[in-house]
Amino acid sequence: METKTVETNFKSEEYFINMGPQHPATHGVLRLLLTIDGEIIKKVEPDLGYIHRSIEKMCERDSYQQIVHLTDRMDYLSSNINNEAVCLAVENALQLEVPERVKVIRTIIGELTRISSHCLWWGVMGMDVGALTTYFYGFRDRELINDIFEETCGARLTMNYNVPGGLMFDIHPNFIKRVKDFIVHFKTKLPEYDRLLTGNVIFHKRTKGVGILSKEDAISFGASGPVGRASGYSCDVRKHHPYSALDKVTFNEALKTEGDTFARYLVRIQEMWESLSIIEQLIDNIPEGEYRVATNAVIKLPKGEYYQRVETARGELGVYIISTGTKNPYRLKFRSPGFSNLSLLNHIAVGGKIGDLVATMATLDLVIPDIDR
Amino acid sequence: MSYFSDIFKGIKTLLTGMSVTGKYFLTSRKGAITQQYPDNRDTLKMFDRFRGEVIMPHDEENRHRCTGCQKCEIACPNGTIEIIWDRGIDEETGKKKKKIDKFVYHLSMCTMCGLCIDVCPTDAIKWGQNFENSVYDRTALTRVLNKPGSKLMPGVED
Repeated sequence: METKTVETNFKSEEYFINMGPQHPATHGVLRLLLTIDGEIIKKVEPDLGYIHRSIEKMCERDSYQQIVHLTDRMDYLSSNINNEAVCLAVENALQLEVPERVKVIRTIIGELTRISSHCLWWGVMGMDVGALTTYFYGFRDRELINDIFEETCGARLTMNYNVPGGLMFDIHPNFIKRVKDFIVHFKTKLPEYDRLLTGNVIFHKRTKGVGILSKEDAISFGASGPVGRASGYSCDVRKHHPYSALDKVTFNEALKTEGDTFARYLVRIQEMWESLSIIEQLIDNIPEGEYRVATNAVIKLPKGEYYQRVETARGELGVYIISTGTKNPYRLKFRSPGFSNLSLLNHIAVGGKIGDLVATMATLDLVIPDIDR
Repeated sequence: MSYFSDIFKGIKTLLTGMSVTGKYFLTSRKGAITQQYPDNRDTLKMFDRFRGEVIMPHDEENRHRCTGCQKCEIACPNGTIEIIWDRGIDEETGKKKKKIDKFVYHLSMCTMCGLCIDVCPTDAIKWGQNFENSVYDRTALTRVLNKPGSKLMPGVED
C-alpha cells in the first residue's frame, strides 16, 4: 500500500533526496525532504523534531522566574530579547511598572543582541554562497558584543539577565565605555561589509531574483521580521507596538519591495545601521535609579490570558500565557518567528535550483531550536 | 558586449573585496581579537561576573555563610542543588537550629542561570571563575561545596 502512494506521487523523472539533518547549510538539525527533477526543486518538505526539548511543557512546571532562563535556549542568538518578552508579559500581568533605567538598558542590550545576531547571519550568509572570508569578519565584530555581554551579564550566549521586575544586577561600570567603543569600531566595519560582499557581482548573481516572496504571500504565511519587511510588509513590532524605551527613539523601519534574497540581505544590513542609531540615542542618557523592582518571591499571576510581542532579530516573538492564579502558568505558548518563516520555504524555493535553496534559506535566517522549541 | 562588461565588472568588484582582505593580510597582527587560549592560561583573566561554577567561599577558620534555608534549592530549575541538613545545637543560645550537613552541587546539571545566587539571602554562594570542567567520569562533577568540618559563620542570619 505504501509503495503505491509513492509511485503515484512521483513522476518518472523526479526523485527524492534528504537535505540534513546534519547538512552544514541548514545551520542546525533541520531535515528537508527535497523532491527534485535534475537540479530543479519540485517540492520542499521540512521535517522537524530533531531538537525538540518540550520547552513549552517545561514552562508549565516552572515558576515565572525560572521560565526566563528556558527562553535563552530557544532563539539563542537573540536570547536577551526572548528574556525580555517573558518578563514584559509577566510585568504586564502583574501591572508592575519597571523603572526607566531598566527600560533603557533593556532596549540597548536588545539592540546589541540584534546586531550580534545579524553579524553572525552575515558571516554565515556569505559562507553559504561560497565566500568563507565573511564568516571570520562577522565573528570578529560579534566577539566585541559578546565581551560586553560577558562583562555585564556574566555569560556570552545564554545570558538570563532579565528577571520579572527588572534586571538581575546593574550594568557593569565599563558598560557605557565599551558600547561607545563598539559603536565607533562597528561604524568603520559596516562599510567594509558592503565592499566585501554587498557590491560583489557574483553575490548579486546568486541572490537577485532568487526566492521571490510577494507582499500578499508574506502576510498570508505570517512572515515577520526582515523576511516580511523585504517584501514591503511593514511589520516591525518596535514601530507599531513599541515596548520598553523604543517609543522614545526615532528610527526608520528598513523596508524593501523586491522580496527576493538580495532584498532580505539589504534589509538586515540596514537594520544594523538602525540598531546602531538607537543605541547612540540611548547610551548617553541612561537614567539613574533602581535596576530592579522587588517582586514577591513566589509570583502568582492573576487569572486570565496575557499576550506580549517583541521583535527579535528574526521577527515577531509572541508569548501567550494562560494563568489560573497559581505559581505556574496553565499553558504557555511561544509564537516563534522562525516557524512561520520556515513554512514559506516551500512556496519560494519551488522552481529554483538546489544552490538557490541554500541562498534562500540563509536569508530566512533560521535558528532551529527556535522552531522546534 | 554585455559578456565582456560583466567580466570586467566582476573583476573590479572582486578586487574591491580583495582590497579589504589584503589590508588585513598586511596588518593582521594589529587588532587581532583571537585569544591564544591554551597558551595564555597563566595570564587569562575572566570577567568578574563570569559564570563558571557555583562555589561556596570559606574563611580562614573554615567557616561558611550558609544557613541551610534551602531557597537556592527551591529556586533552581533543574534540581542542581541538593541540601542535606540537620538540626544542631546553637552554641550561644543552646537552642536547636537548622544547619547544613552537605551542600551537594551537581555541576553536570547546572545551566548557569544564576537564580540560586540571586536568591541567596546571606551571600553564601557565588560564581567561580573556573570553566575547565572536562572530566572522564561525570560523577566527578557532583561536588560537596561545604568543606568537611566547616561551621556557620557567627552572626549570619537569613
